[in-house]
Formats: sequence, C-alpha cells, structure tokens
Amino acid sequence: MSDPIKLTVDGREVTAPGGQLLIKAAEEHGTYIPRFCWHPRMKPVGMCRMCLVEVEGPRGKVLVTSCTTPVAEGMVVHTKSDVVKKAQEGVLEFLLVNHPLDCPVCDKGGECPLQDQTLSHGPGESRFVEEKRHFEKPIAISELVMLDRERCILCARCTRFSDEISGDPLIEFIDRGNHTQINTFPDEPFASYFSGNTVQICPVGALTATPYRFRARPWDLEAVESTCPQCSVGCRVSVQASQNQVLRLIGVDVDATNQGWLCDKGRFAFEHLRAPARLSTPLVRGADGELHEAGWGEALDLIASRIGAVIAERGPAAVAGLGGARSTNEEAYAFGKLLRGVLGTGNLDASLGDDPGAALLAGVPHRATIDDLERAKTILVWGPDLKEELPVLHLRVRRAATALGADVVVVHPRATGLDRDAAHVVRYRPGEGAATLQRLAAGEGDLAAVRAALDTGPVVAIVGRTGLAESADLADAVAAFALTLADAKVMPVARRGNVLGAIDMGVHPHLLPGRVAASDAAARAALAAAWGCAVAVPGRDTSGILSGMADGSIAAVLLLGCDPVADHPDRKAAAAAFDKAPFLVSLDLFLNESNRTADVVLPVDTFTEVEGTMTNLEGRVQKSNRIVPGVGASRPVVEILEDLAARLGGSIGAGAAAIAKEIALVAPAYAAVSWEALDWGRGRDGIVVAEGPFTHTPERRATDPSVGALTLHLGRVLYDGGTMITAGPSLARLAPEPAAHLHPDDASRLGFAAGDRVTVTGNAGSAAMAVAIDPTLARGTVYLPFNLGASIGNGLEVKVEK
Amino acid sequence: MTDRILTVRMEAHPTDSHTMARYEATGGYAALRKALAMKPEDIVAEVKASNLRGRGGAGFPTGVKWGFLAPTRPRYLVINADESEPGTFKDRQLLERDPHQLLEGIIISSFAIDAHHAFVFVRGEYPRSARRLQQAVEEARAAGYLGRGILGTGFDLDVTVHLGAGAYICGEETAALNSLEGRRGEPRIKPPFPAVAGLYAKPTIVNNVETIANIPWIVMNGGAAYNAIGPEGSRGTRLLSLSGHVANPGNYEIVMGMSWRDLIFGIGGGIPNGKALKCWIPGGASAPWFTPDLLDTPVTLDDIAKNGSMAGSGAVVVMDETTNVVAAAWSIVRFFSHESCGQCTPCREGTTWLQRILERILAGQGRPSDVDLLLDVCDNISPGLRWPPAQTTICPLGPSAVSPITSIMKHFRDEVVAMIPGAVTAGV
Repeated sequence: MSDPIKLTVDGREVTAPGGQLLIKAAEEHGTYIPRFCWHPRMKPVGMCRMCLVEVEGPRGKVLVTSCTTPVAEGMVVHTKSDVVKKAQEGVLEFLLVNHPLDCPVCDKGGECPLQDQTLSHGPGESRFVEEKRHFEKPIAISELVMLDRERCILCARCTRFSDEISGDPLIEFIDRGNHTQINTFPDEPFASYFSGNTVQICPVGALTATPYRFRARPWDLEAVESTCPQCSVGCRVSVQASQNQVLRLIGVDVDATNQGWLCDKGRFAFEHLRAPARLSTPLVRGADGELHEAGWGEALDLIASRIGAVIAERGPAAVAGLGGARSTNEEAYAFGKLLRGVLGTGNLDASLGDDPGAALLAGVPHRATIDDLERAKTILVWGPDLKEELPVLHLRVRRAATALGADVVVVHPRATGLDRDAAHVVRYRPGEGAATLQRLAAGEGDLAAVRAALDTGPVVAIVGRTGLAESADLADAVAAFALTLADAKVMPVARRGNVLGAIDMGVHPHLLPGRVAASDAAARAALAAAWGCAVAVPGRDTSGILSGMADGSIAAVLLLGCDPVADHPDRKAAAAAFDKAPFLVSLDLFLNESNRTADVVLPVDTFTEVEGTMTNLEGRVQKSNRIVPGVGASRPVVEILEDLAARLGGSIGAGAAAIAKEIALVAPAYAAVSWEALDWGRGRDGIVVAEGPFTHTPERRATDPSVGALTLHLGRVLYDGGTMITAGPSLARLAPEPAAHLHPDDASRLGFAAGDRVTVTGNAGSAAMAVAIDPTLARGTVYLPFNLGASIGNGLEVKVEK
Repeated sequence: MTDRILTVRMEAHPTDSHTMARYEATGGYAALRKALAMKPEDIVAEVKASNLRGRGGAGFPTGVKWGFLAPTRPRYLVINADESEPGTFKDRQLLERDPHQLLEGIIISSFAIDAHHAFVFVRGEYPRSARRLQQAVEEARAAGYLGRGILGTGFDLDVTVHLGAGAYICGEETAALNSLEGRRGEPRIKPPFPAVAGLYAKPTIVNNVETIANIPWIVMNGGAAYNAIGPEGSRGTRLLSLSGHVANPGNYEIVMGMSWRDLIFGIGGGIPNGKALKCWIPGGASAPWFTPDLLDTPVTLDDIAKNGSMAGSGAVVVMDETTNVVAAAWSIVRFFSHESCGQCTPCREGTTWLQRILERILAGQGRPSDVDLLLDVCDNISPGLRWPPAQTTICPLGPSAVSPITSIMKHFRDEVVAMIPGAVTAGV
C-alpha cells in the first residue's frame, strides 16, 4: 500500500490507500459491492464475477472485477449503473442455473451469501427451464466435512484456503467448464487440522461440518463472542447455541490473533461439553471405597472439615493445590487466594512441568506479540511443532513466511508443519540440544548460513519445549541466545489455554497475583492488607508437591481442572504420588486418571458456561463469555471456592465480576484490564498486559547429558487422548494410534520394519506399540507422541526391542 | 515481388522439407548466422520496421510486443503452438513440414529478446507436430544451433517442446503459461501481462508459430522488404485455412488485399455441387460471420475489422445455402461450452445454457421467448453485444461463443424464428 489517493465512487470522492483493492476501498467508504469468491484474507481470483463495476477509462466505461482492480488516482467508478446492475443480475442468474435451490433443507439457509445477494442483487426469477446439473450428494470428504457439489458455485475459497493459508492443499478443482467440481484426491481425505475453516468461508451450503449438519437454523441460534480455551493462542470465537446447547463455533476475524481462522480442535472440541461422561453432580467417596453422588452441602462440609483437620494437625504446609491452567483468570485467582490466603499454604502451581518454565513464561523480557510476526524478517522456531500444539500460531508463522517474506528457521528433532515453508531447517537429536545451540550461536559449519539469517531483524523467536524428554533449561538457553540477536523479541510458548493467566493470577509458589515475587515480604503484606488475611510464604511447585504427596508431607490436595497423572512429563512419579494420595479434592468436568482416587469430585461449569478472562501466550487478556448453563448440578468454580472459603472461615470474593475488579486492584500488571473495556471498549481485541514487575533473565545454563544410542523425542499431537478430544464423537476418532517412530537407518540397523510390534522402554516403564518409519527424524531418535497415552517416562534414554 | 515466404520449401521438397539436411541445403540457418552478428536491438528494430503482426488471432504488432518486456532476467520465449480454433490448421503444416524454419525463428527471436530458454506449447492432439519439432531440436542441438555457445558466439539457448493435454483454452497465452508451470490451464487475471510477469513470473514473450516462422525471412531480407509486401496493416504473407463448402479446401499462403470473391471462388474453387454461398466465417470460430454482400471487400486485417469481424487465426469456414445456421451455431457454441475452463461464472454457465437453448430449438421445442433469451444470455456474457466485444469474463472465450448467435440473429433471424413453434417472424 502506498500513499493515499483520491477516487470517485458513485459520484462521491473518497480517499483510499494507493494499491488497495477497489472492492475493499468501496466497502470502507460504505459502498458494498456484492461478491462470492473474494475473501479479505486471501488472494483474489476474480472467478465469480459478481463484483463487476464500471470504471471510466480512455476508451469509455469498462466492466472490471473490483476484487482484482487496485484503486488509482482519479479513478471514476460506478457500482450501481444500469450496466453494472444487469451484469450482476446476469451473474446471479448464471450461478442459480445449476444451483439446486434446496434452501429449505440446506444448513446455510438463513446465513447464505448466495441467498442474501440473490435477494439484494438478483433478477428475481430465472429463465432457465432445462434440467440442472446433478452430482451424488453429499459426499464425505473427511470425517468432519461433507461436500455437496450441486450447491457449489466454484468460488475457490476452500481451495485457496487449503493452499494459501493452511498449506495442505488436499482439496482441488477437477474437470473443466460446466463439469468443474471440487473434490479431494483419490484415497486422500481432506484430513486437515484446519478443514472447518473451509466450511465457515463457503459462501453456499456446499461444505458442511458433520457436527452441525441439520442441528439448527441460523435464526434459532444465539451467539456470544468468546475466547477459545483449547490452547494458549486465544483465538476469538463466536459461540453459537440453541436451546441451551452449544452447536458450533465460528472464528471471529481479529487482526491481532486468529484473523478469522480456527483449528478443528478449537472448532469442534465443544462436543465434550455435553458428553454423557461429564460430571453433573458432586461425588463423595463412601465407606465402600466407591464414589457416590452427593449434595453440594455434604460435599463441601466434608472438604472443609477434612482440610481443616489437616491444617489443625499438620499446619497449612501440608495442603497443596494444583491446576488452574484451563480455568479463567478469575477462577485461577480465586484458587490462589483460597490456597494462599484462606488456607495459608504456599504450595500451589498451575504449571505441570510440561512447559518451558513459569519464570520464562511470565518474566521474559522483550516478549513478542503474535502480531510482531507481521513485521518480522526472521522467525526462529525452536519449540513444539506449532501445527500440533498451537495450530493457529502455526498459520500466522506460515503467513509470515509465505505472504510476508519472512525467513523462518525451524529447529526440531523431526519435520514440523512449517518445514516446507522454512528458509532453514535444523535437525538435532534430543540430548544434543545444548551442543546444537552452541554450534548455531557460533555459526559453525553447516549452520553458518542459519546463523547469518538470524542476524536480519526484526527477529521473533518462538521458544518452547520441542519435546518433554528434553530439559526445560534448553528453552531458557534458546531464549537467552535469541535475546542476543539484533532487534529480537521472544515468544515463550506453552500449550495449555490459560497457563500464563493462571501464573499471572498467582497460582505459582513464587509469584503473587500480577507477577509480583512472593518472596517479597512487603508485597505479601500489601496483598494481605487487600485480602484481609495473611498471605503464605513461597512453598512447593508441582514437582515438590508430587514428591510431598509421595513422602507423606502433603496431606491434602486440591486439583482445579488438572490431571497430573496424564499430563506431567514424569507420569510414573505422578501416579506414585497419587497412589499415596491423602485427602484429594478435584474440581473437574470428567473423571480422569488423577481424580479416580479422589475423596471428593466437584462438577464445575466451564467454557461457554462462565464469564471471565483468559491470558494468551503473548499476555493478551481476552474475555470469555457465557451462553449456556452448566450440566446438572455443576456450578461455577468461583462460587464453589467461595462456599468452601466460607466454611473455612474466609472469603475469596462473591462472583467472577467482583473478583475481576479485585484483580485490577491488586495485580499490578492487570491494572488496566476491566470486563467493561474488554466487552465494550478499547479492549475488544484483548488488552496486552505490560511486562513485569517480575522479570526473568534467561540463561545459557543447559547442558547435554551423556546419552546412549537412542534418545527419546517426546512430542505431542493435536488430537490426543485427553478428555476434551475423547469425550466428543467427532474428534475422538481422529486421534492416531501411538507408534514408535524411527529413522529408516535406525530401523534397518535394529532390524525393524514399519508395523512391527515392539516394546519401547524408557526410564519409567515399557509400552508395546507398532513401529512407524519417519525419514525426517534426526538419526538416533525415537519419536513417541507423549499425549497418546503410552507411558514410559520422560528420560532421554530409550530402548526399542522386539 | 515475393508472394510466398513460409511454404516455399515444403512445396518444392514435399518429402523431406522437415529435415536438417534439406533445410540447410535451401539456405537454412543463414539468417541465424546473420542475426548473431547483429546487435539484438537491431533485430528488434527490423521486426518493428517489418510491421509484422501476430498470427495467433489478435494481430498485435510483434516488434511492439517485444518492446514491452520488463528489464528483469531471466526472460522466456514461449511459442504458442496450441492451434485449436475450429477451422484453423495452418500451424500444424508449419510444424510438421518445416520445423527448422520455426526453430530458426525461435533462436533469432530469443537472441533478440535475450531469452535463454524457449518453450513450444504444442497442441495435445498434434503428436506428429511435436515429434517433428523435437527431432528438429535434436538435430539443431547436434549441429550447434542450440545449446551452449551457439555457432561459437556467447549465446546460449535451450528449447523445450511441451505437448499440451487437450484444452483449447491453453491457446490463451496465460493459460498456456499456467499449463507449462504444471497448473490448471486457466487464463490469468491481467495485468500483469506476460511481458512483465509471465512464465514462472518472469518477463515472457508469447508468439504464435506462424509469426515466429517469418522472422528468418525478415532478418535475411530486412524489415523494409517485408513491409513492402501486401497492403498497409496486413504486411507480409499470411496462411489461411480454407474449409467448409468450398471445392478446394486447404491451407493457402496469400498476400492479403485480394477480395473475398477471389479467395472463395478463385483460390477456393467456389461452392461445390452448384450450390450458392450462404455465409462464411472470416477468421475462426470466434469471429462474427460474413454474408455475400461483403464478397467484394478486401481480405485485410483492417477491412475485416471495419466490417465487424476479425481475421483471427486465419480460418475461413464457408457455408452453402443448405446450411442449417442454428445447427452451425450450436456446433460452435457446444465447442466453446466444452472448452470453457470453468473459472468465470458467465462463461461456465452461460455457454452451456446457450448450447442447451439451441438444442431445444433444434429439437423443435423452442419457445417464442427463446429468441430474446438467447440474445440476453449473450448480453450477460458480452455486454452490449458490441464488436470488438466487451466481456464480463477474464478471457475472451465466453464472448467467442456469442459471435455465432449474434451472427445468426443478425443475418438469419427469420430462419431461427421459423424453427420455433408459435414464434412470429419479424415483418409478417
């Protein structure tokens, strides 16, 4: 875009940035030009011809498509002339020639651009009397998407999305002319993590999502804007519900975060909200050792008396709390206040040891925003495979690489979703990360070009855990290196939706709300004054709490929406700790591996059912809103915690709205955040909280252990064995089987072929699974998806045997 | 004065005009030697001075087109040999019977525009043309006319012969470029034009086979000599493909300026079986039709344009008095409907709709409203039904399907109406 120019649209002089497309310039000045194929986030193709307008030229007025014509100084445009109207009516009549007009049974009916623009710009009736074109309808092109080719108007939005935006072009035009149709390649389903976006942008009912088909009419839906909780990107969504059931999620176009897109996990995981297995009543373990349904009063009384007894007998340091990383900020704050203030324990942690460390997450200097990727010249990705863990961040990096000209450097033990678009790819074997970083920093050997690329700023370094067998110190070291680069910002990434928010709310042994060091006695005193009760001194983190459970020094544990037995990198240690569990209380949606042994399980309201805020990986606070009630007797976490606090002689605040106001008062970093601003004011796209006061200086202290012939890469996949996936019918079947992935050289050296059953043995156990061959793996590496359930520990050393 | 340039060799040596031996024995590659001693810009100047106009259909001056090339490198030359217009079969003869003449033109043109890789996009149904041309390329490479350091100069060139996959639309230059790149053969949105961003987004010249086959003669004899042949605006000779109801169908190399009467009744030998001439298409299936009142107008690019049609790719299709013009129009419309790439709604849906209305009329199931409907559907593809046509589409294929319908409605409306039960003939 260059300097502003003046043009005349329908007799009115307007100003637009030079080079802007006419259709957009007109729209920004209140002139809507009808369109089907044009989409503001994709390159124009000028195919549907609906946006024809007349432009005056040296040889008279010429019809041009406004989606392919950039504005120019002095341009005179007519969007409503008789010629334009006739052309637009003609295009609409043509589009309807073969369109089945099955609007009464079409899911798109009521929100269909074809329907709407036929009404606003169409000829009223058709003169076509012949038989329409027929296709088999609909056909399933994936587990999630159905294609009705009769409805399709061939706008190329879906094909462009999968090619330009998501980079997995599995859907394409075949045949020609009037026989042109969308289809997938033979034996290759439209198995994209982003397939739901094509349904969202389809301008007709040609692409429909199986979870929503025939479930509602658009005019029966209520909608509320909210924030997707599935990962820490924090995509803006429109949650749409009817009759107290969430039926679908639609991506909201926000420049700063998701730009309209969602991953399929974010879009379809809502199904777990009404899963039959979801808890709908409090459960209390009876004398028979089984969990039995109970009333809220009974359950809360029991918790209060048992925890009260533990505190009376052994002191508050025998109590601990884990979780909060999937909760709202208000819930996390209430959890922290209950533990630190009411119960008086400093043993609390939202981070389960599977992220790059709370200090880096909360205290990194020069934190990058997602939107910094728009301006970056070089992007270093040394962390998780973004496509598997933070899919929409993957799209943003991909956009930077393919549309904005950034050079992407990917460092990972195996091919990631970004490799194809990366300027440089560095492979290394887990256990050699520190040496690899050393060589990269020095620009040694084949890494000289990569090192040189990193000298071109602005640089955004996306840093996290590539896998869970490697130490979190490596991420810290990478961040330290990145901060030495010219004009560099760092984006530490963790997977769980509100992990940064929970840490910011003080669910961490060393941080008080607002990133204030808990070791600071004056800060504790100030908080104590605000809370009206004493504030506990720093206690144990997750590992400390687990070992405390194992050795008996922790006698009572509260779990808030967390499942350490499944999610802690050292599952064996976690399981051992929970086996010894003293008094265990879990606030959750489902029974899981951790709370199966709980004494009390409390059903909670969750995403779409409570109002609150979440903080994404860039520190952007966004609003989450309520549209449906919870299930059965489930209740909001803050109300449960307040009732519990009252029984223990304290208070954490009455309701989330009041807590939100309290957060702004006591948490320095959140002073500028309010629900009002997020809902109605300058914060509608979120408010990025300021850095500090706690800061962390990353250090290059990571060292490589001495390792054997094979090391473990414990990565994660998007569709996992977690309850949010397995409890919903649509995504549950997409989770892959766990397999031990080997480089072909290692496989042949060990005498394995793809599909062989083997036993993989790590530092904490063995698991039987099939061998898969992955030529992109670093040699000497066994890749095992951590979150598909197989549990062998998280040590680097691994053995594979028949 | 010269009246034959392109077909002299094949006429004189019908059995081996396509071989390197015969080509060299009849003066072949002398123009290349001369050209390589010239400055590239001087070759461009000669081509400009010749007033050579493109033979692919649009008739754009070749030297001017070369002058539009953006300065970036690399540049490419693409020869459009996707000759698919119904009634056009001239390039095939040049490819099969004198491929070295084309190849010499390619090498000289590439030298002139500083291209080091040329591509020839050959129609998929022309395997023999592709074989002959490939053979010529290999002979030329062996003889040092292609490859590194051509004839001891510093000029390098390789030529790739690419066989299309059977789509008429790849005759549209940007569709051919897409196809060469391995994409669907669909016309691109212009601008950018190929001279700025063409093949692989690099500056590219796309020229027709016949156009480039003239280049060796122009270099040997000078642009002025070429400009002395034929009437102004239609300089040089031109290959016309004469077909339909004529006694002597075939390709004819002529100097333009003769009358249509001389062409159809003289060279073509008139209408067979004693029938009368009803109409003819002067320049390929996309061109509006002419009727006998224009028999004594000259056959030149500008006169044909002045009379509301185009010389196009040189296909002259003659129809006698027995012709059912609705069936003839249907045949052409069906072709365009079949060959539409499917991108633009008006072309994709409109051409097929037109075809089906004509089918209904031919089956005796026309409706009185169909006359207006045909014209209005045409108007929605080519607003105003003007000539040269306006279009609501990316490329001119859609408007091409309009020409036969506006032609029969203009000249034979009564015949169309007579086929529709219940329709009233104008003027009755």
